[in-house]
This record gives sequence, C-alpha cells and structure tokens, in this order.
Amino acid sequence: METPPPLLRFDGVTCRFGEVTAVGGVSCDIAAGSFVALVGASGSGKSTLLKTVNTLVTPSAGRVLFGGEAVTALPPARLRRRVGYVFQGIGLFPHFSVAENIAIGPRLAGEKLPPERIAELLALVELDPAYARRMPDALSGGQRQRVGVARALAGGPELLIMDEPFGALDPLTRDALGRKVRELHETLGLTTVMVTHDMAEALLLADRVLVMDRGALVADETPHALLAGAGGAVAQRLASVPREQAERLAALEGLGEGPR
Amino acid sequence: MREIWDILPGLGDKLAAHVVLSASAIGLAMLIALPLAVWASRSPVIARLSLSLASLVQTIPALALLALFFPLLLSLRSVFGEGLPTLGFLPALMALTLYALLPILRNAVTAQANLDPGVLEAADGVGMTRWQKLALVEAPLSAPFIMAGIRTASVWTIGAATLATTIGQPSLGDPIFAGLQTQNWALVVAGCLVSAGLALVADWLLWWVERGIDERKRWKWAAALMAVVAGVTGALASQAEGKDRDTIIIAAKQFSEQYILAQLIGQRLEAAGYRVEYRDGLGSAVVHSAVASSSIDISVDYTGTIWTNYLKRTDNPGREAMYRTIRDWEMRENGVRVLGRLGFENAYAFAMRQDRAAALGVTSLADLTAKAPRLTIGGDPEFFERPEWIAVRDAYGLGFGRSRNFAPTFMYNALQSGEADVISAYTSDGRIAADKLVVLEDPEGALPSYDAMLMLSPRIAGDKGVIAALQPLIGAISVEAMREANLAVDREDAQKQTPKQAAEELARKAGL
Repeated sequence: METPPPLLRFDGVTCRFGEVTAVGGVSCDIAAGSFVALVGASGSGKSTLLKTVNTLVTPSAGRVLFGGEAVTALPPARLRRRVGYVFQGIGLFPHFSVAENIAIGPRLAGEKLPPERIAELLALVELDPAYARRMPDALSGGQRQRVGVARALAGGPELLIMDEPFGALDPLTRDALGRKVRELHETLGLTTVMVTHDMAEALLLADRVLVMDRGALVADETPHALLAGAGGAVAQRLASVPREQAERLAALEGLGEGPR
Repeated sequence: MREIWDILPGLGDKLAAHVVLSASAIGLAMLIALPLAVWASRSPVIARLSLSLASLVQTIPALALLALFFPLLLSLRSVFGEGLPTLGFLPALMALTLYALLPILRNAVTAQANLDPGVLEAADGVGMTRWQKLALVEAPLSAPFIMAGIRTASVWTIGAATLATTIGQPSLGDPIFAGLQTQNWALVVAGCLVSAGLALVADWLLWWVERGIDERKRWKWAAALMAVVAGVTGALASQAEGKDRDTIIIAAKQFSEQYILAQLIGQRLEAAGYRVEYRDGLGSAVVHSAVASSSIDISVDYTGTIWTNYLKRTDNPGREAMYRTIRDWEMRENGVRVLGRLGFENAYAFAMRQDRAAALGVTSLADLTAKAPRLTIGGDPEFFERPEWIAVRDAYGLGFGRSRNFAPTFMYNALQSGEADVISAYTSDGRIAADKLVVLEDPEGALPSYDAMLMLSPRIAGDKGVIAALQPLIGAISVEAMREANLAVDREDAQKQTPKQAAEELARKAGL
C-alpha cells in the first residue's frame, strides 16, 4: 500500500538563540488529516518548533517542508494564509471589530470577505452573527478565543497550528472549545498541530502525541499506547499525571457511594 | 484692565506669527520624531541614543538654545552662502523644533514598547508585512499616546516661542519683553493672556483629536484636526501679505532707551515714506552681528560696548579716537556704516547726592581721592569686577572705606538714605535727573566713553533716503533730553509714557 506524502515534514530542524539550543535536530512527518499534539514541559522547545511552520521562527539548521515545499521559500503572507494560527495570547486587534478581525487575513491578500462568510465563520465557532460588529473588549475570554479560531479559519487553511490555544481559559470553556476544535478538524478536513503542556488535553483531543524534552523528540505514540505505558520515561511521567488524577477521582467517587 | 483690552486687538500680527512659528516647529518635530520612533522600536541602540539626545536638548534653557543658533547659522553661511538667514524665523524654528522633539519622541517610543505582544504576534501570524503591521496595527494603537505627546509639545512650544523675540522673530513675546522693560504691565499681561489662550486652545483641540482617535470616532478627530489646520492656514495667510523687501527693520535691545530710540528712528523713516518694522527686545549679543549680516538694518550701539566686545581692546585712547577707530573698523570689517553719534553717552559714571557733594566739596573723581577712605561706594553686583571700575580706581588711587553691592533699583534708594555716598550709575539713566544727582567729572578720562551711535547695515549703508531722514538725529540728543525720556518711560506714576510717546516728545524737544 502506498502512503500519501506527508503534509508537513520537519527535517533536522535546529533552533539556536545565542548559546541556547531550543530545538536540537527534530525530524518527523505529519500526515494530512491527522490531529497531532505536541507535549512537553515549559522550555522543552515545543512552541519554537511549532513557530518554524509559519516562519515566525526561522531554523538555524534543517528545514520545514509544507506540501513538499520549504516554508522559508514561500512568501510569508501566502504561507500564513494557508496555515491558520491560534495562540494563547489570542491577539485580537483591539481597534478592529470582530468582523474586521476575522477578515484580516483575506483582506491582506486583497480579498474582501462578504458578511455571509463572516456569519458562517462565527457560526462555526458557535457565536451569534450579531457579534460581528462588536469590539474585542466587549467579549469574554472564551468568546475572544472563538473569534481567534474563526480568524485562523477565515482563509480556508489546510493546516491549523495552535500554541497553547486554551491555556488562558477557564476549565468549562476550555473543554467546550477543545471539543469544538476537534469537531471542526473533522468537518473541515484539517490537519492540526496543537502545542500543549497539558497531557490530558493532548490524550483526549489528538490521535497522535509527540513528546518533547530539552529540544528533542522523545516519544511519538498514539494516546492509547501512551496510556498503556509506551513512550519512555519522560512521556510516562507526563502521562502519569492525568492517569493518577483519574484514579484518585474514581476512588473519591467510590467512597461517595457510602459504606459497603 | 481697560488698557489690556485696548492692547489685545493690536496683537493680531504677533499672534499670527506666533501660530505659524509654533505650528511649523511642531510639524517639523513630528516629521523627525515619528520616523525616528519607528526606527527606535526596531533598534534599542537608536532608542537609547535618540531619547538621550532629546533629553539633553531639554536641559539647555530655551533662551540659550535660541541664542545658540545664531552663531551656528552664521558659521554655516560659509557652506550655504550669504543668503542664509541667521536671525528670525529660521533659528527660532530650529531651536523650537529641537525643543518639541522630546515629548513626541518619548511618547511614541513608549507607546510602541507598550503594545500588547500578543497583538504583534497576531499581526505576524495573519501574514502582515512590516509596513502593513506598522500602518494597520502599530500606528493606530500608538496614535492616542503619540497625540498626547504632541499636545505636550504644543503647549511647551507655544510657551517657548515667546522667547523667539530675543532673536528677532516676531511673536507674542514682543509685547511681553517690551512691557517688562518699560514696566508697562498691561502690555505684559496682554501678551501672556494671548499666549496662554493660544496654548489652551491648541491643547483643547488636540485633546479632541486624541479622544477622537481613542474612541475611534472619525468625525471627532477630523473636525478638531480641521480646526487646527484652519487656524494655521489663517495665520499663514495673514503673514503672507505685506511682506516687503523695502521694509527697514529697526532693532532695540532690552532696555527703555533702546525702545525709545527705535521709535524715534522709525517715526522719522515713516515720515520719509519708508515702511518700518521693529525687532524689540533683542539680546544685546545678537544685535551687532544682526546688523553686520543685514538681518536687521538699523541699531543704536555704544562705543564702549563695541570697543571691548568686538575690537577686544582694553586701552582707552580717548573719546574721539575711540569713535573714529570704531567707525573705520565697522566699515572695513563689516560694511556697517556708522552714521554718527546721537550726542549723548550711556556710560558708567559716578553719581552723588547734590547736598552731599556740595558739603564735601566734590565735583570730580579727582576730588574723591583724599575723601574716599571715609566714604561708602555702592555698585551693581558686577560693578566691582568690571574693567571700568578697575581703571577708575587705579587712575585716581581711590580707596573707599566700604564698598557695597546693590541691585540697580536699590542703589538709588541707598544713595538717598545715605547708606552709600557715591554710586555707579548709567549716565543716561532717567533717575539721575529724577533724583537730581551730580555726575562726577572724569578729568583723567579713565572711564571709557559709551557714545550712542547710529549703525546702518550693509544693505542700506548707501541708501540716500535713509541717510537723509536720519542725519538730523546726529548730535541732536543731549544726555539731559535722553534722561528725561528714559524717566518718562520708567516712572510708575500717571505721567508714565509709552516709548512711542516718549520718542515723540524727545523729537519735539530736540527740535526735529
């Protein structure tokens, strides 16, 4: 059976900032249609690796291929239209309305998004079309990140990269928005790479989990395999947190049933 | 209060000049500061360097900064040719622009540094180029802070522009300086009122622009901006008319005598059909060079001043020789025509109360030699350090029992109350006449002379009409007449006159 070429390929990617090596020679392929979580502790280099995809960071060595082309060879504006970017800071432009924020990517490419398309994008992230005219400071944190996701999707990207997208949200919103993104991933046929330090989120949303430690890729497993004990020491230490929490919760639940 | 209202309508010209100067300075400062701020946001070295330089400029007093541009521009004439103006609008514009840089630059740099990093990352993330990021994100988000900087700069500049008077640029400083010197408080208050009013209006309009940008209400900032533009355009239009190369510009330094003489000269020239403009309240140091460079056409200067400050001489060859040397030197070195001496001196002199002089039997400095050890001498704070005093002391062997320093005004009171027996005075000072003082003779000629001379710039040095109009002034003004005129302007009672009135009276008394 012939496997399709990967949508995204990291080929010996190394990122050095002065004396510090943030990413040390990472190679890995990401197939079209997959939902990949990139997990690791703070400072493991996962965000840096992610930003090489839309060239917010340029590797000191190695290259990133997107659809077979080196990302650094593509004009940044065109590349970033094909790669939706969602990040923890959200970064809605405070002087633009919600509609203007969503339409910015196509606008930069010289295309004006019609109101119906804005409404459609708002509907995708479960926001009322009336929000289009609001300013960002009139929205809650969760609503803002929904707009952030809609903005990332506005250009009809093939790839969605997310850097701690739900990090600043409350647990309920976080869960709801996580599910929503997973659903959009399915319905829109996206390829998604999500950076998170929360292993539980990675295990629940992704179908492949990459673990980074001190700039190197140390595990590449399915959630099921990770829970079954695969992936090595670093990955297992990360996976042990949600597993133990689940066990403790289960034990609490058991006690709640009263004396046996 | 009535007087102030009477003065206000006459200040339109000064107001227009003030608006044009301030607006030009702020506009130029924006043209420099805003690109610099963009550069600074991309380079910490430029940020540090430009902010330090702008702060350094602020530590220079505005008055000194304005004056410093005169020699600078004068030296630049070797590069740009003789046409480069050294006084008036250009140096005032340059100094005020430097002064306005700091608040604009600092606010712009701070605004950029404080932009939300998430927003900047998003700008990159959605694919903006550097310029799109600047135009669509950085500039609009920094605009309210930058406007606040421009507001600060405007208020500062409008205030500092009053000092442009001292380098010959008409501004609302003209009535303030003239009023301060002639103790015409209505003039001072009127000048301050208009200048403060202008600053308030500018601040208020720019506040609307700032609010409009901040609230994203286009009509608000557009309307306020249009009001600003309309004001500046109106001022510019009113300045543009009536500019005439045939206008004769007359200088006055910052004391009453100079204001009166400038008016006297102006009245004669106007009577002869010339258009006349006054540059009142000029710094003493710039007047001579201004005439030499034809930035100003006519001034009254004093032989002793030119002798020590420009010929750098310390000897005293006597009154006539000194005058002739200066007259020849001015023509040879500067092309300045010394038309002649007005007839009076404004020199250092020694004065005594009439009764005291009579009782001691003193009429000249020579008589003091024997009496000095029992007497007290009063002088202005710098007097006992000046070469004039040292020359007199050594020539007559004067050793006073006591010497005391007084502020000039109190010197005369000290003489009246007997706290001083002899004081240093200016020979043309009106208070010599008012207090009926005796000016001691100087038989040894130890005091350099300070003959008032009429100086014509190279531009009009050969103008027969001007010379004919001013020739009658030569030798026509006695020291007594000048003292009376000075007193009329300096006095504070009901007989106080404006320099213009005093000049008319002086002309009448001199039989002109």
